[in-house]
Amino acid sequence: MGKQGNHKQLAAVIGVGQTHHRAKREDVSMAGLCREAIDRALEDAGLTFDEIDAIVVGKAPDLFEGVMMPELYLAEALGAAGKPLLRVHTAGSVGGSTAIVAASLVQSGVHKRVLTVAYEKQSESNAMWALSVPVPFIMPVHAGAGGYFAPHVRSYIRRSGAPTHIGAMVAAKDRQNALKNPYAHLQNKDTTVESVLASQMLWDPIRYDETCPSSDGACALVISDEATASSVENPAWIHATAMRSEMTTAAERDQVNPQAGRDAAAYLYKQAGITDPFNEIDAVEMYVPFSWFEPMWLENLGFAEEGSGWKLTEGGVTAMDGALPVNCSGGVLSSNPIGASGMLRFAEAALQARGRAGDHQVDGVRRALGHAYGGGSQFFAMWIVGADKPA
Amino acid sequence: MRNVAVVGFAQRQMKEFDGSPTMVELLVPLFAELYEQTGFTRKDIGFWCSGSSDYLAGRSFSFVSAVDAIGALPPVNESHVEMDAAWALYEAWLKIQTGEIDTALVYGFGKSSAGTLRRTLALQLDPYTMTPLWPDTVSLAGLQARLGLEAGLWDEKAMAEVALRSLSDAERNEYAVRSGGSSIDDLLARPLYADPLRKHDCAPVTDGAAAIILAADDRASDASETPAWITGFAHNIDPLHLGARDLTRAPSAAAAGSAAGVEGVEVAELHAPFSHQELILREELGLGANVKINPSGGALTSNPMFSAGLIRIGEAAAAISRGDAGRTLGHATAGPLLQQNLVCVMEGAH
Amino acid sequence: MTTSETRTLSAPVHVGFDYTRSVGPVLGEFFSGLRDGRLVAGRLADGSVVLPPPEFDPTTHAQVTDFVDVGPAGTVQSWTWVPEPVPGQPFDHPFAFALILLDGATAPFLHALDVPRDQLEVGMRVGVRWAAERTGSITDIEAFVPEDAASAPLALAEGTVDPVTGIITPVNLDYVYAASPEESAFFRALEEGRIIGQRCPTCHKVYTPPRGACPVDGVPTTDEVELAHTGTVTTFCIVNVPFLGQKITPPYVSAYVLLDGADIAFLHLILGVDAAEVRMGMRVRAVWRPEEEWGTTVENISHFEPTGEPDAEFDTYKQHL
Repeated sequence: MGKQGNHKQLAAVIGVGQTHHRAKREDVSMAGLCREAIDRALEDAGLTFDEIDAIVVGKAPDLFEGVMMPELYLAEALGAAGKPLLRVHTAGSVGGSTAIVAASLVQSGVHKRVLTVAYEKQSESNAMWALSVPVPFIMPVHAGAGGYFAPHVRSYIRRSGAPTHIGAMVAAKDRQNALKNPYAHLQNKDTTVESVLASQMLWDPIRYDETCPSSDGACALVISDEATASSVENPAWIHATAMRSEMTTAAERDQVNPQAGRDAAAYLYKQAGITDPFNEIDAVEMYVPFSWFEPMWLENLGFAEEGSGWKLTEGGVTAMDGALPVNCSGGVLSSNPIGASGMLRFAEAALQARGRAGDHQVDGVRRALGHAYGGGSQFFAMWIVGADKPA
Repeated sequence: MRNVAVVGFAQRQMKEFDGSPTMVELLVPLFAELYEQTGFTRKDIGFWCSGSSDYLAGRSFSFVSAVDAIGALPPVNESHVEMDAAWALYEAWLKIQTGEIDTALVYGFGKSSAGTLRRTLALQLDPYTMTPLWPDTVSLAGLQARLGLEAGLWDEKAMAEVALRSLSDAERNEYAVRSGGSSIDDLLARPLYADPLRKHDCAPVTDGAAAIILAADDRASDASETPAWITGFAHNIDPLHLGARDLTRAPSAAAAGSAAGVEGVEVAELHAPFSHQELILREELGLGANVKINPSGGALTSNPMFSAGLIRIGEAAAAISRGDAGRTLGHATAGPLLQQNLVCVMEGAH
Repeated sequence: MTTSETRTLSAPVHVGFDYTRSVGPVLGEFFSGLRDGRLVAGRLADGSVVLPPPEFDPTTHAQVTDFVDVGPAGTVQSWTWVPEPVPGQPFDHPFAFALILLDGATAPFLHALDVPRDQLEVGMRVGVRWAAERTGSITDIEAFVPEDAASAPLALAEGTVDPVTGIITPVNLDYVYAASPEESAFFRALEEGRIIGQRCPTCHKVYTPPRGACPVDGVPTTDEVELAHTGTVTTFCIVNVPFLGQKITPPYVSAYVLLDGADIAFLHLILGVDAAEVRMGMRVRAVWRPEEEWGTTVENISHFEPTGEPDAEFDTYKQHL
């Protein structure tokens, strides 16, 4: 047997599908929601269910829908009966982790054509409730995810000296980008920096318009081996994948610029042979559920020096026509079916690399980065996909 | 394919764990045992993967705190499945096959006693047409058992034989929460509980955790003098809907067994939470009378949710390490009525 | 709550929510049928007739569109006795679940049987006993009963002809939550008006609440450390948003407080000062509730309030952000 590194098979995204994301998709069941994304992904890949070897399902906490391991009941509707099925759950990063697990099925040489789907039907319950089931002996002080992340955003602002309108700039940019994406949940053409700044302060320093919506939605990918991918038009070749985790809280843990994110990015670039990510990556889909996370992750991912990510945002560098377009799809700020949100980032990166992002396509993308995070900024998943086979 | 082996295995099983459902308290000594067995330290582990369920603990993200047991700074390459940790082992095995890593530590945990397990598991059913009736696990198994009894596929005596052998073998398993052989007549004289099932036909509610270290090639040989080399590893799923398959069969078990290659195994550790389910599995996997089944006592004597499948693989590997067998099989099941099945076949020196 | 003699503290937790499920077109046919007193099955590509209809055909994977009424009577294929029903099941007294092959169907259907145990047998003919009020849910069928005891569904009230598009499914679960031994020691100390932490034997950091394992080193924390009731606000958030289950009226300040002597900040409330006055670096002290209200809970500390000392220098707490 050979040495480490000699075994990895090439893999590529050859099909992408997603639902129209909405606050309530009252027209479909959970199975119907997943199938809307899956059917589009299979059609895009030019494959049928019978040609799929294995299925990987991702979803955030089961309490959201009140179904324990829903992939069991969904097996038949997802075309998984008689096949291997895995269910991944890594908190908010799950959509990204799920895509990476699906990729590893192919990269291991064990499977050739893998279907992966991630979804959330948030309208079945209330995410704030599901995340805040009281713990005895503890006083409930947080108020949902916004309450959790707001103090860390305040820390970022203090550490970086960023002007307070940066968050509003990100929100206005992503909402305007969403107008170019027919699948995006929020379609508010009137959103401007001024309107975001005028919206209610919910979890000071986070305003209403700087938060993500709660969405029903699903995303599906078909990931194939080299032979299958070589026979289709414009596959997005997987150049690198990385997952890193750390604990939620620890003494002196950096919650603003977590080491797990930095380590994952470093490993990712090493695999992809990238030494200058800012200049070598053409489009970025990062997980920004609260607007301030754009500058924070720009630093964490090595696109900017620590403390200066906000300058890229302020200078328009992350706009669709900027040097490093970020979240051209509208991002999590415009659509947030939690379990699917990470996979949507990975899927949008693949669409950019394939030149198939429609009105929100960035010209000439050769390599794109998809990113997701979860828990208390502690679980990270990311990949780089490219128009060309990896060198 | 790379040669990958189970090189360490540790477990805890108990009737009721008096502690936090995060199980950090159990996982820390399990990991220490594995380091002791393999000579590895935390830094030698290339990938961590766990299996657990939020609904056992009754709260979202219940797996997150378990990461504390690792000591995850510097950060670790880590993943989690909302499945029995046997499937986490599969994910880790794939990851090793990509060549990206050489070693993995896989763990599963669950505190089943925190809620009413057989009722909680009704949430695994079709949420629209089944869960609102709250069909509990034992009732569903009773329906399955009677189908086989009526069809003449098995009888009460065959079910009692499974229970008797399990309870007798469990006397030698320090982790079993139920043990003690008697006789077929004694077992059949006990009252019916969920007619046609008696209590000894049903796995006991069990809390616990387990962990396995996988290593590839030379790393495996370095870590263990008796690695259990994985020669076949596969899993498969059937439809959940009761009308969609013959419930006296488990086609996904047959498919997984066939893909993993079960010929010639001497010992099979089958994850059968109900006595008649062992009979179904033996049939589907084609295990003849010469195959020793569940020397550990199996799931009828302790069945910690989300690690019981991993424990079957650990026990099958341990049979090789002890020199009891040269080729063994570990099996895991998940979902209602043997819906999902996984088979891992291992061998000694190659 | 348990007494202090047990190893760990535990307390009941109820997890309950009424889930609103949109059912989609196929299950909508099934539920609309139940509401109308009919059993609507799906006819699949291979000719089988299945109740409830699967949403997607297992052979063609296409959405099922061919519906056919089956029953209302059928034959018991299998049954099991439920000696100790759990909450939510169709009866709170012993009963049977059964697989019933309805006339015209090719696969069995799961529901309850209301038949005395000594009359249960495979092959018996049964029919539906409809619920008094039907809303379009699986519980519109109260149970199956011997065929001669079954009755026709009552006519619907006027005006209820819209297709069923959604159902409400209450999920109520009860758990006993146990704190770890280390957390239990922390909560018990609070009952005595003390705040304790534990030091990691490897990195020597002081954790409060103490942990089952130092999250950096993966080893149990050991030495108990008594902590001051004063500390520094590292960072905070002003909560203006109301949410389900909230106990404190907004706006309020939720802050990370680094207690003097601890190496990890602790989340609590800052009151006794205008929210706009709260600052990173502000020095604060714990305000305890009256001693007679103390229990084994963090709620013994009502909140933190400013001490009036000068703010801590940023450099003294910046590594805790």
